[in-house]
Amino acid sequence: MYALITLAAGLVFGLGLAFSEMTNPTVVIGFLDILGDWNPSLIIVMASAIGVGVIGYAIKNKRVAPMVASKWQIPTLKHIDSKLIIGSGLFGIGWGLSGYCPGPGLTALTNNPNEGFYFIGALIVGSGLHFLQNKATQK
Amino acid sequence: MDSIFNPLVGGLLIGLTATVYMLTIGKVIGISGILSQLLFSKERFLPFLFIAGLIIGGSAYGVFTEQTVPFPEVRSPWLLIISGLLVGYGTRLGGGCTSGHGVCGISRFSPRSIVATLTFMATAIITVAIVN
Repeated sequence: MYALITLAAGLVFGLGLAFSEMTNPTVVIGFLDILGDWNPSLIIVMASAIGVGVIGYAIKNKRVAPMVASKWQIPTLKHIDSKLIIGSGLFGIGWGLSGYCPGPGLTALTNNPNEGFYFIGALIVGSGLHFLQNKATQK
Repeated sequence: MDSIFNPLVGGLLIGLTATVYMLTIGKVIGISGILSQLLFSKERFLPFLFIAGLIIGGSAYGVFTEQTVPFPEVRSPWLLIISGLLVGYGTRLGGGCTSGHGVCGISRFSPRSIVATLTFMATAIITVAIVN
């Protein structure tokens, strides 16, 4: 059951990226270029996704447990620290440079492989650096 | 903007997926987190299925869905590598990306995710303004 839901979630999420054209860095950079030739279509994507999500959390708040899993595992962290700000800031710079965030970068492996392999290769190295750094500081 | 149909359908599909996944499995969908589970955790099967599904679903772009503008001309590998390093390291340090913070986090009004989303939107907009 977990496998079926997870695979279906990946498929439909990817289809959502395709319909919204987040798979295309030209569209994403056009959306971020508010001072230039601005393409606002991704506002519709974010607003409709968040709109559905808000309804989803209203349903969640009336339930004791999820329908398949035994307990909720929604992030509960509340504090805003320098890691959150610096990490998000660096992510935004990388996103603005190429127009790829992680999901669209993965879909570029097939849609635009001449770019996707460099981006995802480096993304894996970047995640790995953080993983090793985390491991070292936990010792 | 010629049509709002495609972005509307795309956003609804993304929101519905995140919602159904959350209400059944009880977790948020964060692509950077799921990818790092695939790479660095011991439970790799489910993250693998999700990422494989994501790539297959995303491959529908331009085949079953509209493509309004062409892809950019293939850019310098160095630009892509620097971008990938920043996205990989930054999303892990900040605990999420466009999906985890931007969609799932804002949907539950998480202050952390709202701050994270405002931060990465701001630095991305500044970066594009400088590069262009």
